[in-house]
Amino acid sequence: MQDVIGYRPEDAGATPSLFADYRSTVRRSPQRELIRIPYTLSEVTGPAGCWERLMGTALADLTTQHRDAPLGQRIIVSGRVLDENARPVPNTVVEIWQANAAGRYIHIRDQWDAPIDPNFTGAGRAITDAEGRYRFVTIRPGAYPWGNHRNAWRPAHIHLSLLGPAFATRLVTQLYFPDDPLIEIDPIANAVPMPYRNRLVARFDIATTVPNWALGYLFDIILKGRAQTPFEDHDHAH
Amino acid sequence: MHTESPDLETRNVAPRQDNLDPALFGQTPSQTVGPYFHYGLPWKGAADLVGASEMGARPDLFPAEHYVLAVAREHPAPLGEVVELRGRVLDGEGQAVVDAMVEIWQANANGRYASPSDPRDEVPLDPNFIGFGRTATDATGVWRFRTIRPGRVPGPGNSLQAPHVAVSVFGRGLLTRLATRIYFEDGEGNDTDPVLAAVPAERRATLIAHRDPGGAWVRDIVLQGADETAFFAL
Ligand SMILES: [Fe+2]
Repeated sequence: MQDVIGYRPEDAGATPSLFADYRSTVRRSPQRELIRIPYTLSEVTGPAGCWERLMGTALADLTTQHRDAPLGQRIIVSGRVLDENARPVPNTVVEIWQANAAGRYIHIRDQWDAPIDPNFTGAGRAITDAEGRYRFVTIRPGAYPWGNHRNAWRPAHIHLSLLGPAFATRLVTQLYFPDDPLIEIDPIANAVPMPYRNRLVARFDIATTVPNWALGYLFDIILKGRAQTPFEDHDHAH
Repeated sequence: MHTESPDLETRNVAPRQDNLDPALFGQTPSQTVGPYFHYGLPWKGAADLVGASEMGARPDLFPAEHYVLAVAREHPAPLGEVVELRGRVLDGEGQAVVDAMVEIWQANANGRYASPSDPRDEVPLDPNFIGFGRTATDATGVWRFRTIRPGRVPGPGNSLQAPHVAVSVFGRGLLTRLATRIYFEDGEGNDTDPVLAAVPAERRATLIAHRDPGGAWVRDIVLQGADETAFFAL
């Protein structure tokens, strides 16, 4: 017998898969209702404690990956990974990728007229500590234009990818900056209804800011939580 | 005569509603992976759960000096039958999705997950198998994994699930992760599998891979339309 405790469903802030203002969703989003399946071991398990073997060593400082320092405003992005029951998610992987300070990605499909920075790749990876904390050093990415509609510009953002403890907790999202007027006219951010959209806006924090070195931003990432509290160190069979 | 404010060095900006507002505490909403994830997520070897090939990455999409991800490492082969699993990702017009990312999560040949949340110590782990894979689709929308055929894993009550691989799909234009499964057409227990049973009968075929003449297991992932893959609410 292997009855498992599942994870909670999406909450009121969930992003819909179809948001017509973001045009690529129109032909790529499922039209049938998602099927609710029984939770099994397959959905409540996930890789753990093997991040170095799986993905390599941590890359928490994106400003020291090349010969010289990248151009742009040096920033610290830090926070905790928690579940929605407010428990820390320790020893979990946080992957990030972003554009450079001019808003250009190191990618052949990004061909707009902004400079490449040879000293900036924009990919990072960190593992949360026992309290669920992570910390990246990077540069603030620039805004960039995209082809969704005439004069469309993405607000400055950092892409984030988390696995969490289970297949059910997988999350890919984006972090935005608090002083950015482009957020409110961005179809991708706007797919998230207010006020929940503000969950994607980092906080500038003077205590995280390092004097004479880097501005600090805080961003907590909240993964799905268990539907009930699991018994610690017990087989869940009943 | 001016007196410095006592909190000058620690004063924060005026509060506004943001990520840390306690009134907003809850699940961080999903956003698209976008079209530019290739230098940040799928590492060389991420799609090869058996050997040390470079399957999974797309180093052709960015300069070599900006490849900072992991490289595949030699390791002993895992136990079990090696299988190739592949398919295309197709949109609602049948067009190949060339900027999608597909991940798999599966049990080892014994039917045990390499996860602390699988409490069955009596079912052996395989030190050479984690069971997590990731790949970008190629220029023709094809994804491909080299893995082992998973063993059977218990389901609710006294049920036993048929061999399956849990699948996540991401891409430009996908605001959320799409979750589904892939089963094998000759899989023992397909007819009694509790998750397949939750899928309407006429849509079950969208989860079942067929063996092609070359021996690979093939299943397209259709994002939208008449043959739309059955995706799950988790
Ligand atoms: Fe982006």
